[in-house]
Amino acid sequence: MDTVQIALAERAAEEQRHHGKALFFWVWGALLAMTAIEVYLTYERMQPTKMLTILLGLSFLKAALIIGYFMHLKYEVSRMKWLTMCSVIACLILMTIFFFPDARRIVELGVK
Amino acid sequence: MADSAVHDVPSIYEPSLFGTYSKKIGMWLFLLSDSLTFGALLYAYSYGRISLGKDWPTPFHSESIVNATIMTAFLLTSSLTMVLAVRASVHGDAKNQRLWLLATMLCGTGFIVLHGREWTKLIAEGLTLSMFPAVPGQEAASEFASVSKGVPQFASTFFTLTGMHMLHVTLGVIYLGVVALRRKFIPILLGLWLVAWLATPVYSPFHYGAHVLLIAAIVCGIILWLKPKVYDSSDVEVAGLYWHFVDLVWMFIFPLVYLMSAKIL
Repeated sequence: MDTVQIALAERAAEEQRHHGKALFFWVWGALLAMTAIEVYLTYERMQPTKMLTILLGLSFLKAALIIGYFMHLKYEVSRMKWLTMCSVIACLILMTIFFFPDARRIVELGVK
Repeated sequence: MADSAVHDVPSIYEPSLFGTYSKKIGMWLFLLSDSLTFGALLYAYSYGRISLGKDWPTPFHSESIVNATIMTAFLLTSSLTMVLAVRASVHGDAKNQRLWLLATMLCGTGFIVLHGREWTKLIAEGLTLSMFPAVPGQEAASEFASVSKGVPQFASTFFTLTGMHMLHVTLGVIYLGVVALRRKFIPILLGLWLVAWLATPVYSPFHYGAHVLLIAAIVCGIILWLKPKVYDSSDVEVAGLYWHFVDLVWMFIFPLVYLMSAKIL
């Protein structure tokens, strides 16, 4: 690595030295608790659409905790946060727009 | 004008576009592209599920759900040990860094073993792909034989999605092994390949899948021979990003594939 890269890596390391261990244990506990809730809901045999909504909600929450705290995106500069998250979310929205109406069309109209 | 001034006079305070070093930005870009791969696979699975409506099979009994929950706990715990490895590395604590990395690898290996065991069980019960060798003595009336024939999309999407994820976890364990042990990891990897190859029956997909370990050992051997180095905290952090991503993807596979296809009696 050149001098600039070493300096940037050292700055990133310096920022991480201030993160306490306890925070990571709290995040891990929250992730385990949300997993336990998901499994509990499965055994409750809820109505599928309602269950899917709750499960996806919890999954996005878990993903946000992992990206924010474990992957340290919360501590990156705003430009990094916005560009990475907006680009991936935009691609997933595009996939949703193209995939799901078509899948539902098969259910409603049948395959010809 | 301002740009040339910045590039002509390199300074340790030169601002980076994303405020961090290029290795980390490279890994983030790779992970963004990989998330679209998994996104496409998850959408393909969901497409099949919506299209078939109530005909979609729900083959996962309580035993499978418990197994998948333990797998999830392994992955979540591995993310915690990984973040502790990164923390130890930024504090310059090489001993604890290696220990936490080994703990992460152990959790990852536990995940792979449990997943492999589940795949083997499902295949023995008839949930299979045409490309998998036939299991000797398997009855045509076994529990999932009708699922494989009647709704082939289920087995295709299930094995592709979970297989792709399992491959990522395997490569992640190898990546961490190289960062933690460097050259010493190559003979361990070759030993694991031999065990996985010889201990699995010929009809198991893992018998041939084990060769991934051999290919990885050759590739890692070449890399470590061409560019031997001591991995620093930035390497550990970048490896950690990959590992957390693998965990992150499972947070969607677990509810969508397992919990939404559970048959709790």
